[in-house]
Amino acid sequence: MRGFLLNRLFQSAVLLVIVSLIGFGTLSLMPGGPTAQYGLDPGMTQADLARLKQQLGLDRPLWIQYFDWAWRLLQGDWGRSFRDGTPVLSVIGRHIFATFLLMGTSTVIAIALGTWIGIRGATHRYSFFDYLGTIGAMIALSIPTFWFGLISIYFFTLKLGWLPAGNMYTIGDASVLDYAHHLIMPSLVLSLVHVAIWSRYMRTATLDALSQEFVKTARAKGASERRVLMKHVVGNALLPMIALAGVQLPSILTGALVTETVFTWPGIGRLFLDSLSYSDYPVVMGLLIFSAIIVIMGNLIADIMIAFVDPRIRLA
Amino acid sequence: MTEPMNTKAGWSRRDAMRLTAIGGLGLAAPNLLGRPAFGQTPPQKPTGRVVVGMSQEPTVLNPLMVKIEVDDGVHFSLFDALFRVDPKGVVQPNLAIEVPSQQNGGISQDGLQWRVKLRDNVRWHDGKPFTADDVKFTLELIVNPNFRSWRTLGHALVRDIKVVSPTEIQWRMEQPFSPYLSFLTETFIVPKHAFDGEADVNAAAFNRSPIGTGAFKFRNRVAGDHVELVANPNYFGEGPYLEQLIFKYIPDSTVLYTQLKSGDIDMIGQQYIPANYYEEAKKLPNLTVDKVLRSNIETIYFNLERPQFKDLVVRQAIYGAIDRKSIIDALYYGVPTAAETFMPKQSAYYNPNLPIQVYDPKKSAQILEQAGWKKGADGIRAKDGVRLSFNNSTTAGDQLREQLQQFVKQSLAEIGIEMKISNLPAAVIFGDFWQKSQFDTMVVGITYLIGGDPDVTNRFHSRASMAKGGRGSNTCQYNNPEVDKLLEKGTSTFDTDARRDIYRKVQEIVRQDLPFLPIYQSESVYGWKKKIQGFKANPNTRTESWDAAHWYWGA
Repeated sequence: MRGFLLNRLFQSAVLLVIVSLIGFGTLSLMPGGPTAQYGLDPGMTQADLARLKQQLGLDRPLWIQYFDWAWRLLQGDWGRSFRDGTPVLSVIGRHIFATFLLMGTSTVIAIALGTWIGIRGATHRYSFFDYLGTIGAMIALSIPTFWFGLISIYFFTLKLGWLPAGNMYTIGDASVLDYAHHLIMPSLVLSLVHVAIWSRYMRTATLDALSQEFVKTARAKGASERRVLMKHVVGNALLPMIALAGVQLPSILTGALVTETVFTWPGIGRLFLDSLSYSDYPVVMGLLIFSAIIVIMGNLIADIMIAFVDPRIRLA
Repeated sequence: MTEPMNTKAGWSRRDAMRLTAIGGLGLAAPNLLGRPAFGQTPPQKPTGRVVVGMSQEPTVLNPLMVKIEVDDGVHFSLFDALFRVDPKGVVQPNLAIEVPSQQNGGISQDGLQWRVKLRDNVRWHDGKPFTADDVKFTLELIVNPNFRSWRTLGHALVRDIKVVSPTEIQWRMEQPFSPYLSFLTETFIVPKHAFDGEADVNAAAFNRSPIGTGAFKFRNRVAGDHVELVANPNYFGEGPYLEQLIFKYIPDSTVLYTQLKSGDIDMIGQQYIPANYYEEAKKLPNLTVDKVLRSNIETIYFNLERPQFKDLVVRQAIYGAIDRKSIIDALYYGVPTAAETFMPKQSAYYNPNLPIQVYDPKKSAQILEQAGWKKGADGIRAKDGVRLSFNNSTTAGDQLREQLQQFVKQSLAEIGIEMKISNLPAAVIFGDFWQKSQFDTMVVGITYLIGGDPDVTNRFHSRASMAKGGRGSNTCQYNNPEVDKLLEKGTSTFDTDARRDIYRKVQEIVRQDLPFLPIYQSESVYGWKKKIQGFKANPNTRTESWDAAHWYWGA
């Protein structure tokens, strides 16, 4: 176990360096740069733009910029946002709660609903329910989230007046109930796609488990169908789902981008897009490193958990 | 009609006459006019909250740091400048008690010595008094080489700042520069004491929790979501009447409009109501919807150093081949108005006597033919080995501009000119590509005026082209010695009438030379809840929220 962890740690460090190099290189290859947004300001002269470049340290050779940034990062200094001067970690921190709240809620909905639909679809294969689930999943996967979000707003806000059009809370209220009220529509819209994905994977995994020899054995031993399902099938079917969850973890950062835009949700996805369009390099790089760490951690945790629930796998 | 302040006895004769004038219409269709304005008075103490939604996020709280348009609403509400420009374009005193001029002695006859007298009853939001030292500190901070400041144009000419008394300040200008007065309307004054002991001005605490003198005080900012301001009860001017003012970030313009419709926001800010929703928005019962002229002129910009565009006839022919009316009506839903010049129509310096562009593709073909631009085997005109073929670029993803490009491309193809489309993302196009004149032509919307001042040296003076070693934004690389001379005269003239003549002449020459083709002047579709009173648009500022101190909720 210890060797495994050390090995993984070393791999991760190498990976992070590669990610940061590619990220840094790509950003600086992008023409334009942080001062382009002021290029149309009638009062900003070329002298002003040149001065800004120098103040932001963008007039230095690329490799110096990179090492300067990397050295500071190693010392725990993630830099400050070009836009509002706030330290990058605190910028990320300010947006992460919104994203976790939305993604957390919709993930819980997606896993619960998706698992149920998947198992029921597998045990009642080719039933009406199974077809409904399959067709429903196909539709859910092919509807653009943006469009679906706008339709929901049109229906539930403008026509029925039941739910707010967006935002995380009412300014001036911000009670738990108010958060919950605002959370309903975006989390359902966001979970739609995830339910579809989860239910499909779960159906396949369950079917796979059902065809295993140990299921026959359990049935032959006279176990009830319910016991067979709960004790033998579901447990085994969930195994690949843990790996899937680990792989899907980074989508917590990126997956909600569209939903966050439609519902005016101040999360990480929006932050990433905004920072890109403002060429806010320190924040973009910070988010890149941050999400790389999450990806690595997600996979690591998934590996450990699989080994934990499946004694056949040993970490070495 | 039973508002407390609106008793019959309280009506003046003027109110009665106004009622008669609008009465017929008002009685016939009461909802058309909303509630009559004379029935409304602001509350005794600040009450209520207005949420202004905007499609970009205001993030820069220090008004002197490099910023974009959308930050202005916050700055106008939190801070004051020495002067403020009113909706008619006239500079009014703000923190100063009068506007200096050569007549009142505030500016010396040679234009070099400036003297500004300040109010003595102003306090910062933290209770400390505002004095001339704060003004001096502000002007010095802007040109501090370590400070990540916004525009330094004009400020860089200021020398020998002298605090005569807490209410009087003087300085000398390196050269006479009349636009500086207007620049000062966008130069918000910051408190000196807030920067005491700050090692790095770019990371000062003030930049995250600003202190101003304005009608509203800073409460907090939720990153990615909103900025919250509250009433400053000790404001020296009229107002504020609102207890709370919120600037809310709503990233998508369709969603922004939807939240205006649903009532989640009370007023729509930048980028305002999309033109395609204009007709629908006008019919919404709870909203006042109004088209407001902006200073932005949509143009097709030429790079005059490209061999294709050296010949004036080519530029004239292209202009004549563009069906502007169809573009405005079909693509832009009739919202903007046609323009002939860089000067916005609402400016006192606007020249109303310029020739009007006429759509006449036959004539375009004819003048090209006469000038020797003959069609080659490929159907494209050429002369002396130069083919009339060029690239046109604009912001990728800007659907309306992309449609405009297709439209123009089609029109030009019909007269033997080839226009190829090559677009770049916004974050890229206005970098070197624009600044160093690397384009052939561009579809671009430009605001030429700074604080409403008509000076365009930065855009059209021959020494202002970066591609030719200059330091300005003359990206079309325009070069006309007569315009150069007029521009130089304009910035050293302080008399408004004399300046009007100068800049009208400049517009006339630029209209003849066509370094760019004016298509239209932007109009924004503003929208706010009918019950909000006291709202005034000011096309000389970049924001709808330049005067939130006077807003209040009517009955």
